Amino acid sequence: MPPAALLALLFFYPLALIIRQAFLDDSGVANAAEIIRVLHSRFFLNALVNTVTISVAATAGCLIVGLVLALILAFVPFPGSGFIARLIDTFIALPTFLVTLAFTFLYGSAGMLNSGLMETFSLPAPPVDFLYSTWGVVLAEVTVYTPFILRPLLAAFSLVDRGQIEAASVLGARPLRIVRQVILPAAVPALIAGGSLCLLLTVNEFGIVLFIGAKGVITLPLLIYGKAIQESAYQVACIIATINIALSLGLFGLYRLAAGRLGA
Amino acid sequence: MLVWSRSGRLVIWVFFALIFGVLFLAPLAVILLSSLADQWNGVLPSGLTTEHYTDVARGAAWNSVKASFITGFLASALALVSGTWAALSLRLQGAALKRLLGLLFFIPSAVPSVSVGLGLLVAFSHPPLLLNGTIAIVMIAHFVLISAFTFGNVSAGLARLSPDFEQVASSLGARPAYRLWHVTLPLLAPYLVAAFGLSFALSMGELGATVMVYPPGWVTLPVSIFSLTDRGDIFAGAALTMILVAATLILLLGLERITARATGS
Repeated sequence: MPPAALLALLFFYPLALIIRQAFLDDSGVANAAEIIRVLHSRFFLNALVNTVTISVAATAGCLIVGLVLALILAFVPFPGSGFIARLIDTFIALPTFLVTLAFTFLYGSAGMLNSGLMETFSLPAPPVDFLYSTWGVVLAEVTVYTPFILRPLLAAFSLVDRGQIEAASVLGARPLRIVRQVILPAAVPALIAGGSLCLLLTVNEFGIVLFIGAKGVITLPLLIYGKAIQESAYQVACIIATINIALSLGLFGLYRLAAGRLGA
Repeated sequence: MLVWSRSGRLVIWVFFALIFGVLFLAPLAVILLSSLADQWNGVLPSGLTTEHYTDVARGAAWNSVKASFITGFLASALALVSGTWAALSLRLQGAALKRLLGLLFFIPSAVPSVSVGLGLLVAFSHPPLLLNGTIAIVMIAHFVLISAFTFGNVSAGLARLSPDFEQVASSLGARPAYRLWHVTLPLLAPYLVAAFGLSFALSMGELGATVMVYPPGWVTLPVSIFSLTDRGDIFAGAALTMILVAATLILLLGLERITARATGS
């Protein structure tokens, strides 16, 4: 099968070389001590903690926002809600860094929100200052990855029996109770599959973090870029990449498991 | 309908509009506004101008539009051929092999794009395969990253295809090649078009792997936007982002219409 051979040469062979290179220093001599040094280094641990924090927080945000939006789109529809759902869907195809760039104009130190607040209350300094922190990255990722939750949720909601909801409501159940007891059980598989996909994508996210360009917010992909391109430290880059790939593949396995159960 | 009272529905819709406006509408609107902004020191720009677009059209940025289009087109075309081929031949395999190989074809989409770029740098920086510094390595990076999506789309289409047509063709004596070309591929066409459109869009917005491997002289749109904004030229960056967004949307909408016409829905 030529496609498999092509992928083996262009993807799996380079992947194997990354792992090999993690054990060799930049002159090609075996050096496993470097791995221990990198794993205990401050920059690596810092990036690992940042990556996991951002990923978990962004996924939680996506799940909440996605669930709220999907509930309204599916069960309290308004004229044009179908179009809005399609519009949010196109965000999947747009480059992720677009949102960061927009946030600079909206929430940056000279952005619209800060200028507005400074003019209205004649403040000396910009009052809103979350963009260049972990939370700026998290908010940007929530915007970018919510569509990935919304899509399976809307599909799951379209299968919920409307008669059941109407019966519950005629019998006097309040909307929150219907959501909890009728709708949410149907949404759980979609939430798990969408959530694990979000974890994977946010761990791998590069553009958003690069564009925010905050000194304190370094994640694993950004660290790999910095070490390889800016410092030419290929062994260090390969060590970090190996760990990042292992983390991503673990999350990918989780996603396949969840998606497989969803399909069954 | 979950909420029956009119006032309750209105409150919920206002709430929806707020989330949608802040998270999705505001970013797009503000990029559009800033790409047209003359000077922007207060809440709103002091004036509007198309200067950033004319600057972009004249400058080196135009080359990056070309680079992105050519890269996207070639990488997507290659991914389409390879993905369709893989999906078609996997259909003939046994269930276990099919699942294993199917999984392998999806793995590139799970690996961080920066690592894909790093792997290509490590693998192809020495003879006999010296590709570092060539345009080909950018195409390869994009191909690897989008191949899983093409494969996934085509496989999904194949799974929905009724085997009846092919069986009828084959019982009427059509040879495999004739059957593939005149029966299977035409039936599959809407999925092929959708797969091509999505992978083209993904390639146009790809940053992580490109930034690792791009040679001077082949700067794609996202890389170009990053270097503009990094230099502080955020208005030109916004104009170039709008061009990227417009190109992506036109591409997707156009392909959607072709697909709709082909399927007659």
